[in-house]
Amino acid sequence: MIGWKIFYLLVFPGLLFTGVLGLIVGWVDRKLSARLQFRVGPPFFQNFNDFLKLLGKETIIVKDSIKSVFVATPLAAFGFLVLISTMIGLALFFHEGFVGDLFVIMYLLMIFSVLVILGGSSTGNVYSSIGSGREIKLLLADELAFILICLIPIIKSGYQIQLKNILEVQSVQGPFISSVSGAIAFVIGILCIQAKMTLPPFHIPEAETEIVGGPYMEYSGPLLAFWQLNHYMMFVIYPFLLIALFLGGFDLHGIGILWAVLKYLLIIVIMILIKNTNPRIRIDTALNFFWRYATPISFIGIILAVFGV
Amino acid sequence: MGWYNKRLAKSLWVFHVSGSPCNNCDIEILDLITPAFDVERFGLKLVGSIRHADVLLVTGIFNQKIAPRIKKIYEQAPKPIFVVAVGTCMSGDCCFKDSYNKVKKREDIIPIDLYIPGCPPKPEAMIAGVVKLIGVLNG
Ligand code: SF4
Repeated sequence: MIGWKIFYLLVFPGLLFTGVLGLIVGWVDRKLSARLQFRVGPPFFQNFNDFLKLLGKETIIVKDSIKSVFVATPLAAFGFLVLISTMIGLALFFHEGFVGDLFVIMYLLMIFSVLVILGGSSTGNVYSSIGSGREIKLLLADELAFILICLIPIIKSGYQIQLKNILEVQSVQGPFISSVSGAIAFVIGILCIQAKMTLPPFHIPEAETEIVGGPYMEYSGPLLAFWQLNHYMMFVIYPFLLIALFLGGFDLHGIGILWAVLKYLLIIVIMILIKNTNPRIRIDTALNFFWRYATPISFIGIILAVFGV
Repeated sequence: MGWYNKRLAKSLWVFHVSGSPCNNCDIEILDLITPAFDVERFGLKLVGSIRHADVLLVTGIFNQKIAPRIKKIYEQAPKPIFVVAVGTCMSGDCCFKDSYNKVKKREDIIPIDLYIPGCPPKPEAMIAGVVKLIGVLNG
């Protein structure tokens, strides 16, 4: 029994599966972006090579930093992401879970952002601090909309707060995206993901050309490798969460496998297209967008969901 | 170390610093990431912070004012780091050879691993240079 739990955590659907799939999807992201810009793009094993190379480089612990926080944050963030991916994967692939796991997932995802903020502000670098400050503002902007759209599937499934039960309701009624409120929530959800993963147009905290990488600026070697891996793992976690909440999860029998891959690719490709067609926006524009438009629209979605539309 | 060097050769991240050039070389370097030349197919990537870099790309003569800063940047880089000197400026002073403010010997400031001459070198020449570096790493 305990052996299986360790297997879930370390191999499938936890660490190994999410890490490897994340790096592969990261390659899809880079390759597709390159093709959209009429470039050739990197080879298939690029992200693996990047990761392994960074593991072997020298780690510089910045003299002015709070050393324990500086070292602990990337590793802790990695641990949390492994935990989240295991929970989502268990619900998706094995139909297991516990009551309220959706709330725990939302809570842990927020902790990840907090860890980025902590890591950035522990370095004692001005640009990193600016990046952390922007990350806080971005978190304030997208968090409320994200929580609201996560409530919509809960309401539509008759107030189930377990991912497994939400998936079961969807397999009977059809995926929630086919209803009006579900569709609204899905669209807002993709935009929230874009902001939570700090992908363009919401890469305000990182902004390579402006504040040289923001919170990650001072990280080097293995610690940077873990930040990179965290970023790519989120390419798995957030789409899987959206699939579980709105697209009816995976049906891994026969033709269902093809559908599963297509669902996943659909979300990834939409994200990459948004990423490649939008320039970076200012932080006040982002706040404006989420508070003026996204959050009220998700409120409307909730009202629609309560009336069962 | 052979295995690790092969990984390193496939993912060189480049940090670009200009040590008082005429700025032409820097413009040509940016050509490398455009669709026509696209060095991302070799895994090369321009990064914004020296802490992420494996290759330090320097251009220009070093004058008295920038020399200590270049040294500082080199010391801030996580090792192993390779220094690639782009332009005739780096290898032979070029049109600045009579400048009163240039440092005597650039190699005293930072060790240089690879010279790419040309004023400015063509992007093809830079790619050829970088591929030589990759070849050395691959053994
Ligand atoms: S080598 Fe020529 S083009 Fe390059 S910086 Fe020197 S003078 Fe300018």
